[in-house]
Amino acid sequence: MSGKDRIPLFPSRGAQTQMKARLKGAQTGHSLLKKKADALQLRLRLVLSKIIDTKVLMGDVMKEAAFSLAEAKFTTGDFNQVVLQNVTKAQIKVRSRKDNVAGVHLPVFESYQDGADTYELAGLARGGQQLAKLKKNYQKAVALLVDLASLQTSFITLDEAIKVTNRRVNAIEHVIIPRIERTLSYIISELDEYEREEFYRLKKIQNKKKRMKQEAEIEKAIRKAKGINFDHAANILEDNEDEDLLF
Amino acid sequence: MSDFPSSARPGKLLAIIGDEDTCVGFLLGGIGQLDKHRKSNFFVVDKSLYPSATNIEEIENAFQQFVKRDDVDIILINQHVAEVIRNVIDRHTSPIPAVLEIPSKDYPYDPSKDSILRRAKGMYTAEDFR
Repeated sequence: MSGKDRIPLFPSRGAQTQMKARLKGAQTGHSLLKKKADALQLRLRLVLSKIIDTKVLMGDVMKEAAFSLAEAKFTTGDFNQVVLQNVTKAQIKVRSRKDNVAGVHLPVFESYQDGADTYELAGLARGGQQLAKLKKNYQKAVALLVDLASLQTSFITLDEAIKVTNRRVNAIEHVIIPRIERTLSYIISELDEYEREEFYRLKKIQNKKKRMKQEAEIEKAIRKAKGINFDHAANILEDNEDEDLLF
Repeated sequence: MSDFPSSARPGKLLAIIGDEDTCVGFLLGGIGQLDKHRKSNFFVVDKSLYPSATNIEEIENAFQQFVKRDDVDIILINQHVAEVIRNVIDRHTSPIPAVLEIPSKDYPYDPSKDSILRRAKGMYTAEDFR
């Protein structure tokens, strides 16, 4: 940034107060944004630690689910194609709502059950218990994954929001405030210069007046010496000797 | 979207891209849906064709389609499948639909490959993962 970068305006008292107000506003905005960035950062750390916990948990839950799938297959025989072909309507759906953190909207997913189980009759012949366990395990996995998805979405959104906020904080700190300060110092120096000019001008005028007065005095003294008195000059308006003219 | 109260909004789906066993498991869990055009919200990656180029393209297409569908909020993808189309997944940066990498039966979960956790790298050290 060059030192000459400032807001183009005419340096006056009005502009100075205006600039002072803007500087104050910028400083308030800076501290507020900084607080927002801190709040978001705090939340991000929280979300991140939760993500890591959930990911580890997910590993266990998925392992259990995969194992119960193997169990079910062992008792029932291969049912992969039957399941893949008989898909109709989703039983588990996701609802999303918005959570608000320091003005940033974070989507939060919630899973809910809706409608009947498509595979109600699967495993009717044999392996019903294993299949029920399998379904339960995978439903648990889905619930966990939905939680994880909302955490992950929050993480991405927060990450993005933090980047934007930090950019704004830095812009205010390193561009806007210095520019306003430069403008203010420019205005002050210009105003000082005006003042000095004005002072000089007044001095000059005073000097001139003094000189003129002195000259007049000297001239008067010379005239007095010559015998001409200007102090009591005849007044043409008050000649009492004149008689009234009557026609 | 925000005009609706949360209860009146239609529920969104989970989509899944993965090997047969993973898909079957989640379908039994009850997330499978066929829409009016008989399009499913799951994509089975056939293991026998797995490393071929056409198959990779198919996986990419399936992923793109799930991303485009507005009734899908979450995409589950097996990590070994995600690894194949990593560049496509890394390019998907918007929060919705959320892409989740899940372990499969044959391939254990590796946190260091996860797109999200790689973004978080630098904030946490390796010990925090285990």
